[in-house]
Amino acid sequence: MEILNQSFIDTSFWEEIFSQHRSIITQYDTPWITQMRLDALEKFSSLGIPDQSHERWKNTDIRKLLTKGWTFQFKPPEKPVKVEDFFLCEVQGFDTLLITLFNGWYTYKNAPLRILPDGTVIGSLRAALVEAPEIIENYLGQKADFSQNAFASLCAAFASEGFFIYVPDGVQLQKPIQMVNVVNYSEPLLMQTRNLIIAGKGSSLQLLHCDDSNNNEAAFTNSLTEIYVGEGATVDYYKLQNINDHSVIEHNAYIYQEKQSLCNTYSINLHGGLIRNETYNYLAGRHSEGNHFGLYLMDKNQQADNLIFVDIAATDCMSYALFKGVLDDYAHGVFNGHILVRKDSQHTQAYQSNRNILLTDKALVNTKPFLEIYADDVKCSHGATVGQLDKDAMFYLRSRGIDQDNARLLLMYAFAAEVLNRINIPALKDRLDDLVKKRLRGELSICDQCVLHCKSPEKPVVFDIDLSKI
Amino acid sequence: MLLQIKNLHVAIEGKEIIKGIDLIVNEGEVHAIMGPNGTGKSTLASVIAGREDYEVTEGEIIYKGKNLLEMPIEQRAREGIFLSFQYPVEIPGVSMANFMRTALNDIRRYKGLEPLSGSEFLLKMEEKKQLVEIQSQLTNRSVNEGFSGGEKKKNEIFQMAMLEPTLAILDETDSGLDIDALRIVANGVNKLRRPDNAFIVITHYQRLLEYVTPDFVHVLFDGRIVKSGKKELALELEEKGYEWIKKEVSAL
Repeated sequence: MEILNQSFIDTSFWEEIFSQHRSIITQYDTPWITQMRLDALEKFSSLGIPDQSHERWKNTDIRKLLTKGWTFQFKPPEKPVKVEDFFLCEVQGFDTLLITLFNGWYTYKNAPLRILPDGTVIGSLRAALVEAPEIIENYLGQKADFSQNAFASLCAAFASEGFFIYVPDGVQLQKPIQMVNVVNYSEPLLMQTRNLIIAGKGSSLQLLHCDDSNNNEAAFTNSLTEIYVGEGATVDYYKLQNINDHSVIEHNAYIYQEKQSLCNTYSINLHGGLIRNETYNYLAGRHSEGNHFGLYLMDKNQQADNLIFVDIAATDCMSYALFKGVLDDYAHGVFNGHILVRKDSQHTQAYQSNRNILLTDKALVNTKPFLEIYADDVKCSHGATVGQLDKDAMFYLRSRGIDQDNARLLLMYAFAAEVLNRINIPALKDRLDDLVKKRLRGELSICDQCVLHCKSPEKPVVFDIDLSKI
Repeated sequence: MLLQIKNLHVAIEGKEIIKGIDLIVNEGEVHAIMGPNGTGKSTLASVIAGREDYEVTEGEIIYKGKNLLEMPIEQRAREGIFLSFQYPVEIPGVSMANFMRTALNDIRRYKGLEPLSGSEFLLKMEEKKQLVEIQSQLTNRSVNEGFSGGEKKKNEIFQMAMLEPTLAILDETDSGLDIDALRIVANGVNKLRRPDNAFIVITHYQRLLEYVTPDFVHVLFDGRIVKSGKKELALELEEKGYEWIKKEVSAL
């Protein structure tokens, strides 16, 4: 497969690629899906790859990253990939239903779609297109308006694979579902994957979505996740992103919530060249609640860019967002928060906060929380801080004999813990605690195994600080 | 001689707060430093503990024969200096257990001792909690977060008990305490008194000194020690008020 470059930012290039590969891309489509792709491609062409004159792209140069040149893999691998070759679940007390994508293609032991005894369906989106087109057509692209989003449109045009999860009404899933994207390819690979998650009325679902590099080769993942949260349903959506320094994630999540539903999202960015998460949360029904938590720990030239747009379109809704970042070296953090309270969305309670610690004077944060309110009976606020470690706290810790470096670590960990403490799965919280501690000590590098499924898992880290390790 | 302060002058942002203090503290002694607000009592405590906002413009502090002012904050603590803060800092997310264990083990490492095992540490924590009558589960609580005023002060004495300092400075530990908390704090101090350690008790009022009997009482006024005496001086101050000192000083 040829490697291309400059053309990657031209819409005509993508149109051409699409028509060249159309028969493969649309191989499993119903006519409805194909039409949807064509519409999305047209949207994309009219929007173009955003440059930095776009308000939402002001601080991130995605065009530069695209022109590095990428290769595609439009067909699934000839031989099915065995999950066990890459993963071995070793996280104690953390039993999940695991589904994986390898280089953007679904991997599985048995059937591409599993139907659990309670009626829950998990597996490949491509398989679901074939097996259950009526469900797909009811939801895919139906609850999300990404007509102004170039990358989401591009993904909708091209993606043939991704995760599909359907939880029937009233089903409370006991085990979290873990969706893992692993990349290990010999050339810089650009993948586009699309995920559809449907949580029926009164159901509950915990989702863990991991992006991991499996080698040190660059990769570009453009993915689109749609989550439908039915009336009274609860969805926790954890994104754990741990990719190498050359890799890019552009992820768009569209979350649609019916009345009395609850959705909590968590975005944990531990390592990566550019991690960009856009979360669009539409609160369609009364008494719904959408909360968004994020933690980014970046160093070297890494960049984390999180955008949260909460559109409150019903009364008595709540939304809380807390994003925190620690930035070292030349790292760059970007936060865009936007709460839109529509005219009749009375009694909204919404709060957004972004707090950052810069460890060097070369690290950079651009933060912009923003409220747009058209209702008159609401409680909303937002805030952002960028600072160093608290001097008084440093003095307090050191005055008890604690080494300066250890005091810094304790405070950085404490800063991060405010986000980690919001995690509702204890075993996952413990594991992330360990990862964050290691990350802050500079011990976490991108290993060649997925961080949650190490073949040779290291001993759990106990946070009694050992000076020799700093 | 444990601590010797010689002609100490201290400024903050160019403004002189301490204008020449001399003080000698020996092992086994309790010194009370009294005086009206804003006379430099807390500044003196902070300078001994090593707070960096202050500038020592003149004079020196000798501790255990060493130049204290050259030591970084943590080294002073490892050499046995402890400051009970007037306003203890809340540190959300740092548990008391992590905090104390890190502190103890950093101090032990400095002294060439092995770190405490988890069980040894927890045992010590339980033992010292009883000393200051802390009933609540401290281990997983964040440092001072959500603590009441009294709990914060008890927590300072608890930390003092854990770290077993040689020279403890109590900066208005009694302020804002009800009588029960005051008694607990004072009991804690009395139980920790040994022939080989010393206390400097900074207080605005005499009432803590009813429980912790000082060997010496010093009155700090306008950056200087203007009067020193035995414990009776505290009573006299209580009776006559600080106006009496002000008059005496201005008469000089």
